[in-house]
Amino acid sequence: MDPILIAEAAINGILLGGVLALLALGLNLIFGVVDIVWIAYVELVMLGMYAVYWLVTAWAWPVWLAGVAAVALVAVIGILVHLLIISPILSSPPVNQLLATGGLLFFIQSFATFLWATDHRSLRLTLPILEVFGMFLSFARLLAFAVSLLAMLGLYLFLTRTYMGTAIRAVSQDREAMALMGVDTRTVYLVTSGIGGAMAGLAGALLIIQYSVHPYFGTAFGPLTFMICVLGGLGNMIGAVVASLLMSEVISIGGIITSTEMAYVVAFVIFIVAMFVRPEGILGRRE
Amino acid sequence: MRRLLAVLGLALLVLVPWLPLGPARLYILHVLILILIWAFVGTAWSLMGRFGLVSLGHGAFLGLGAYTTTLLWNFWGISPWITTPLAAAVAVLLALILGYPCFRFRVVGHYFALVTLALGEVIRLLIIAERDWTGGSLGLTLKDAGAFNLAAIQFADKRMFYLIALVVWLAGLWVWRRVDRSITRSALEAIGEDETAAASVGIPVTRFKLKITLLSAGLTAVGGVLYAQYMTYLNPGTLAGIGVSLQIVFAVVLGGMYTLLGPTVGTALTIALAEYLRVAFGVKLLGMAETIYGLALILIIIFLPAGLYGGLKELVLRRAPAPRAGTVGVRS
Repeated sequence: MDPILIAEAAINGILLGGVLALLALGLNLIFGVVDIVWIAYVELVMLGMYAVYWLVTAWAWPVWLAGVAAVALVAVIGILVHLLIISPILSSPPVNQLLATGGLLFFIQSFATFLWATDHRSLRLTLPILEVFGMFLSFARLLAFAVSLLAMLGLYLFLTRTYMGTAIRAVSQDREAMALMGVDTRTVYLVTSGIGGAMAGLAGALLIIQYSVHPYFGTAFGPLTFMICVLGGLGNMIGAVVASLLMSEVISIGGIITSTEMAYVVAFVIFIVAMFVRPEGILGRRE
Repeated sequence: MRRLLAVLGLALLVLVPWLPLGPARLYILHVLILILIWAFVGTAWSLMGRFGLVSLGHGAFLGLGAYTTTLLWNFWGISPWITTPLAAAVAVLLALILGYPCFRFRVVGHYFALVTLALGEVIRLLIIAERDWTGGSLGLTLKDAGAFNLAAIQFADKRMFYLIALVVWLAGLWVWRRVDRSITRSALEAIGEDETAAASVGIPVTRFKLKITLLSAGLTAVGGVLYAQYMTYLNPGTLAGIGVSLQIVFAVVLGGMYTLLGPTVGTALTIALAEYLRVAFGVKLLGMAETIYGLALILIIIFLPAGLYGGLKELVLRRAPAPRAGTVGVRS
């Protein structure tokens, strides 16, 4: 195997890892604060991709503006998901919670199929391809990676430097105690779901410049995102980044050595084994 | 009285294929067969689910079972009568490989669900990756063995399949009841309540959890085989992976997993709803049927958390105090 190809795959892995980390962080935040796994989380990304696609192609918006709109739109969808579906079942058994968001997954996928059919839609942007040391790197991916890093930095600052961010972190550490301390958990949940939605919308905007979108886009990325989220460890932002880089490297390099499917198999097996050995996440601390 | 009703109901079920069902007879029979097969799979899933072992990866066992028998039949012509136990054994082995470390290292709740979800995806992706002999995502067709072949379990007459599915389903209910009346159930209920407390009073937690998981996996594989024999076409998308795994869980939770007939009622309802929507919308509005289906599922989960059948039964039996849904109407 050509070392240049491997190096190229490794760099592409890092670049993809940035966007995956963004998703893992959004999901991690919701899982940590509300304690519910949104099975339909990546479906929100798909909606963000469609939002950018339609704003750009049908309404001729500039891509960056459409991206901003997608972030806002999916943030609102995130809040709606919490209000309409999550808040009535907050105290239900975990199976029911999983299933309600699973039903949402079916709903979004099929409604997207109904509205926009199963066509693969792409923006067909002509972004430059950079050549570095004989490797070809797509500008779109570099851009996506850079924006993801900025967004993660912003989230980090928000969570550590603001009053609301501190409340969110506190709730994720001890839900009951914070309610007793007078924190309005309802607002915290809403803000968290909104931020989670915004992260999904941003990821959607960053993915549509690289991939084409179709109603079943989420089935490829969905399971992977949950696994990265758990692998990184709850409430552990650095862990989430490390886990996404690990998984995207496995998929990217494994993909060119064997096949994409086998690369995913390896990634999932790594996840399963990691759950046995380090259930608190790869960088988590044992209690 | 209960016994008499059960016998009468059973007699009616056996006679269904010979009833005058009108012009849609074959279609009705087809839907009933599907309901019986998936109700059996749902019952197998609920063996674990009712004790808090929520598996989102039962598609793995289903697919493994179906592909084992079909591949052995297609390549070497080995009768499914011989390979079905083998298929179940393969699924049990997989459940052991995954289950033992899972229970040993205390992977519970959401984490258990995600690990099993990963397992389902691994099997689906392996089937796709090994496309040279599994047919990949295009699927696999069972080699035809004539209109009536007992050795190959292939019958053109749907009535035969109906009876087979009925027997398998009844066997599933029998197993469920056996577990329900055994010491295993008490042990697993205690484990489901509080694992540490259960272990501290001397319940071998890992062994009991493993036992029920292996049983559930083996039965699910048999369900997969039956489905493959009936449909004569396999596809990794419909037999492994998240989609089918979630649908099994949906049906069971909808019907209520703490009662004998809960999974069956839930399966009958979801399949009937899906079929009705499919027929009502046809090919006109692509995706509309599934959209309504998904919406209905969300609404049911929110408004009927105990499941339809379970909720109704609880209402009827309200006079008898039931501390937990698991004890409703079992020993009467």
